[in-house]
Amino acid sequence: MLRSSLPEALRSRGVSRRRFIDFCSAMVATLALPERYLAAVADALNRTDRPVLVWLEFQDCAGNTESMLRSDDPPVADVVLELLSWEYHETIMAGAGKQAEAALKRVVEQEAGKYIAVVEGAVPTADGGVYCTIAGRTALDIAREVCTHAAATIAVGACAWDGGLVRSAPNPTGAVGLQEAVPGIKVVNLGGCPHNVANTAAVIVHYLTFHQMPALDQYNRPLFAYGRLIHDQCERRAHYDAGQFVEEWGDEGSRKGWCLYKMGCKGPDATYNCPTVRWNSGTSWPVKSGHGCIACASHRFWDVMSPFYKPLPKVPGFGVDVTAEEIGWGVVGGVAALTAAHAVASVFRPKEEVPKEDKPA
Amino acid sequence: MARVVVDPITRIEGHLRIEAQVDGGKVSDAWSSGTMFRGIEMIVRNRDPREVWLWTQRICAVCTMVHALASVRAVENALDIEVPNNARLVRNLISSTQYIQDHIVHFYHLHALDWVDITGALKADPAKTSQLAQSISEWPKSSTTYFKGVQDRVKKLVESRQLSLFTSGYWGHPAYRLPPEADLMAVAHYLEALEFQRDFIRIHAVLGGKNPHLQSYLVGGMATSLDPNEPQAPLNPERIDFLVEVAQTAKTFVDQVLIPDVLAVAGFYKDWFSLGEGPGNYLSYGAFPQGGIKDTARYFLPRGFILNNDLSKVYPVDPGKVAEYVTHSWYEYAEGDQVSKTPAEGETSPKYTGPKPPFEFLEVDKKYSWLKAPRYDDHVMEVGPLSRMLVAYASGHAEVKAAVDGVLAHFKAPPTALFSTLGRIAARALETQLLANHIVGWIEELRENMNRGDLRIHNGDKWDPSTWPSSARGYGLFEAPRGSLGHWVEIENELVKNYQIVVPSTWNAGPRDAKGQRGPYETALLKTPLADPERPLEILRTVHSFDPCLACAVHVVDARGRTRAHREI
Ligand code: SF4
Ligand code: SF4
Repeated sequence: MLRSSLPEALRSRGVSRRRFIDFCSAMVATLALPERYLAAVADALNRTDRPVLVWLEFQDCAGNTESMLRSDDPPVADVVLELLSWEYHETIMAGAGKQAEAALKRVVEQEAGKYIAVVEGAVPTADGGVYCTIAGRTALDIAREVCTHAAATIAVGACAWDGGLVRSAPNPTGAVGLQEAVPGIKVVNLGGCPHNVANTAAVIVHYLTFHQMPALDQYNRPLFAYGRLIHDQCERRAHYDAGQFVEEWGDEGSRKGWCLYKMGCKGPDATYNCPTVRWNSGTSWPVKSGHGCIACASHRFWDVMSPFYKPLPKVPGFGVDVTAEEIGWGVVGGVAALTAAHAVASVFRPKEEVPKEDKPA
Repeated sequence: MARVVVDPITRIEGHLRIEAQVDGGKVSDAWSSGTMFRGIEMIVRNRDPREVWLWTQRICAVCTMVHALASVRAVENALDIEVPNNARLVRNLISSTQYIQDHIVHFYHLHALDWVDITGALKADPAKTSQLAQSISEWPKSSTTYFKGVQDRVKKLVESRQLSLFTSGYWGHPAYRLPPEADLMAVAHYLEALEFQRDFIRIHAVLGGKNPHLQSYLVGGMATSLDPNEPQAPLNPERIDFLVEVAQTAKTFVDQVLIPDVLAVAGFYKDWFSLGEGPGNYLSYGAFPQGGIKDTARYFLPRGFILNNDLSKVYPVDPGKVAEYVTHSWYEYAEGDQVSKTPAEGETSPKYTGPKPPFEFLEVDKKYSWLKAPRYDDHVMEVGPLSRMLVAYASGHAEVKAAVDGVLAHFKAPPTALFSTLGRIAARALETQLLANHIVGWIEELRENMNRGDLRIHNGDKWDPSTWPSSARGYGLFEAPRGSLGHWVEIENELVKNYQIVVPSTWNAGPRDAKGQRGPYETALLKTPLADPERPLEILRTVHSFDPCLACAVHVVDARGRTRAHREI
C-alpha cells in the first residue's frame, strides 16, 4: 500500500506523535466526544487511506472555500494534501477546463460510493437551470450526478443548506439548497455564512473515525455545533442579565463590552457554537468585535432575521413569549442549564454505535 | 483553425468560461463568458439601507469586505454622513490587510501553478535549491534539510497516486520553463503562504469579528469601539499590540518571500512582458483616504485614468461617465441593445438566450455572457493593481515611482513592458509591498488617537431613519484588490429603492459592446501562443494575471414585475 496516513505524513515532516495527538484531542473536544474516544479517533486517522473528496461550487461567493483555507487545526495543507485526496475544487485545484472535468468524472465513476462530496452555494432551478452552468452543464445536473454517487455529502454554508442569500425574496433564480435540489440524498448541513471550518473538519474526522456522521438535528445539522444558543455562550451575557446594554454605537457601554441586544443582536434566537469555537484560529467572533450576531447559522436567516438592527421583539423558547427585558437571571439561567445538559447528552454517539473495527485497540 | 474552450477556468473566484479561436498556434479571437448569476441587486431592494452592506458583502468572499465598504460609503454619500477619523483608519486597515492577504493568495495559490511545475520539484537537488533560495533572500527557511522535507512530501503525494489538488494539472507541459530548483522553492513557498495568509488574516478577526465576511461595519463608522483603559473594548492597547505583531509579519514575508519569488519566476518568462497587453486604458478610483472621503486629492493611491498607454497624462474621473452595454449579455434594455445605461439609471432585466444546457459552444456572435460590458465614456478600461500602479506612477507618486523604476531596472525593461501579463503580476507584487510598508504605521496612528483620548468611532447623527430625507441618492467608490468598484443606491421612505453595482471583473471580464469593442480579457488573449491547444496553459496565464472574481461580476438583476413583499418580524 503506497498510500500514506496522516500521522505518517506528519512524522515525515518532523511533526511529532505529540502534535498528532494534540490534533486528535482538538477534534474530540470540538465534537464533544468523551475523552475515551481519543484513541479511536487517533487510530482511525492512523489507518485510513486517504478518501477522495470533491468540492462543488454553484451559486456561491467562495466564502466557504475561504473559510476552509483558514483551517488551523488541522492546518489547511494537511487537510487537503494528507488527510484527504482533494481532487476537485474549482477555486484552488491545479487543473482547468477539460482536465478538471475529467478528474471529476473519474471520481464519480471509479470511486462511486466511496468519496465525500462537499457542496458550496445554492442551486438555481428556474428557467432550466441557466443561471449556473459549468462546462456547459447546469449546477442541478452536476449536483445530481455527483451527490447521488457519493458515500457522504456535506452542504457547507447557508446557500448550500437552504438556499441562503441567493434564495432570499424575491429569489430571482429559483435558488434552493442542496437537499431540496436533489431529494433523497443524505446530506449533512453545516449552515453559517460562511461555515466555520473547525466544525467541518470535525465532521470529516468523525466520519473517517466512525464511518458515519455525528448526531444530527431536524435540519440534518450536527448537534455538537448547532445545539446551543449563542446567547447562552456569549461573553457579554452577564451584562444582559445585569441590564447593561449598548444604547448607541460607540458609547461607553460599547467600550465596556456590554450587551448588544438593543442594537439588534440575534444571539438570543440563534444557535451555533460561534462564541466558543470562534473564527480565524479562535481569535474572535462578531460580538467580540462590537457588532451584534445576525443569526447566520439559523434556517433561512436572511429572510427571517432581517431587519438586522431591529431588536428582537421576543426572546423565544421559554414556553411563554416574554420580552428580553422582562427575563430575570433565574429563568434564563435555568433554561440555559437545561439546554446545555440536553446538548451534551445528545451530541455524541453511544459507545455501542462505534463500529467494532474502529474501537480503541 | 480550432475553437478551444476552457470551462471552468479554475483557480479564480466564480464561474468563468473562455472560448478562443486558434490559428497557426496562436489565439486569433477570444470570448469571455460569466456563467453564473444570482440577482443580489434585486434582493436588497426594499431593505434597510443600513444593513445592505451585510448582503452585498456576500457578493464575493475572496475579496470579502470590499462590497461592505462600497455599500456603507454609498449610503453615507446619499445621506451626507462623514465618518470619524478612527473609523476611516479602521476601514483603511481592514482594506490594506485584504489587499496584502488577497494578493499573496493570488500569486501562490491561484496563479503560481501556471508557471511552476509541481512535478519538476521532484527532480530538484535540495542543496542547490537551498543555494538558490539563499542567493535571493534572507528568508530563514532555506536549508537543504528543509527543502528535502518539502520534496519528500511531494514525492509521497506522487507515489500515493493520489495527487489531491494537483491531480489534473498540466504537468510536463512544454511551456513550463523553471529549473527544478525554482519549482521546488516555489512549492515550499506555496505551502508557507497557505499558513501565512491564514495567520495574517487574524487582523480581520480583531477588526471585524471574523474572516471571511467581516461583521463590524456600520453606516456612519465602525462597531469596533476603542478605549485605552477597558479590557473588554473591541480595541484596546492589548489588541492593538496584537495587530502590530501580526502586521509586522507581512513586511517580512513580502520582502523576503513574495518579491524575490516574483522576480525569480518572472526572470525565466521574460517573453510574457510582451504578451497579454490589454486595451491600453487604465482606470483607478483611488483608495485609502488620508482625510475626508471627498478629499480625493489626499488618497494614498490616486484617482484617475490613462488612455492609449500614454503615461504622460492622467485624466480626472467623472463617475457619471460609467455606463454599461448589454449588446452581448443575457439582459435586455427597453431601448434596445445598442445603447448604454449609467448605473444611476439602472434599468435592466435578465434574459437568457444562449444555448440550452448541456451545450458545447456559446453563440458568440450573439449574446454570450451574464456579465454586462461597462465602459467609461465609451472606452474599454482595464482595472486592477496594474491600473492603480500606472495611475500612481503617471501621477508622480514618489514611492510607487521608485518601486516601479526599480523593477524595470532589474529587468532592464522600458515602462511599456508593464502593459503585459507579467506587468500585472509585477504591479500586484509592488502594491503588496507598498501596503506592507505602511500598515504598521496606520495601526500606530490609531493607537495615538486612542491614547490622546479621541475615541470617536461612529457618527450617529443620522442613524435614526426618521432623520433622513424622504428620498436620496448616492454612490460609494472603492478600489477593491481586483480593481474599481462602485455601488449606487437610491433610498426612498427609509428603504432601498434601487441598487446598482459595477465591479472590477465586470470591467475586465465583460464581453463586447455595441461597437464590437472587445473586453480586456478578450483583447489580452489575442496572439497568445498555444504550444498544445489540448492543454491551453497559456490562456490561463493571461486570464489569471487579471485575478478574475466572477461572482462579483455577475450579480445584476432587475427582473421586471417581481418585487419583494415587505415583511415585518
Ligand atoms: S443579546 Fe447578543 S450580545 Fe447580548 S448577551 Fe445575548 S448574544 Fe450576547
Ligand atoms: S455571531 Fe452570529 S451571525 Fe455572526 S458569525 Fe456568529 S453565528 Fe454568524
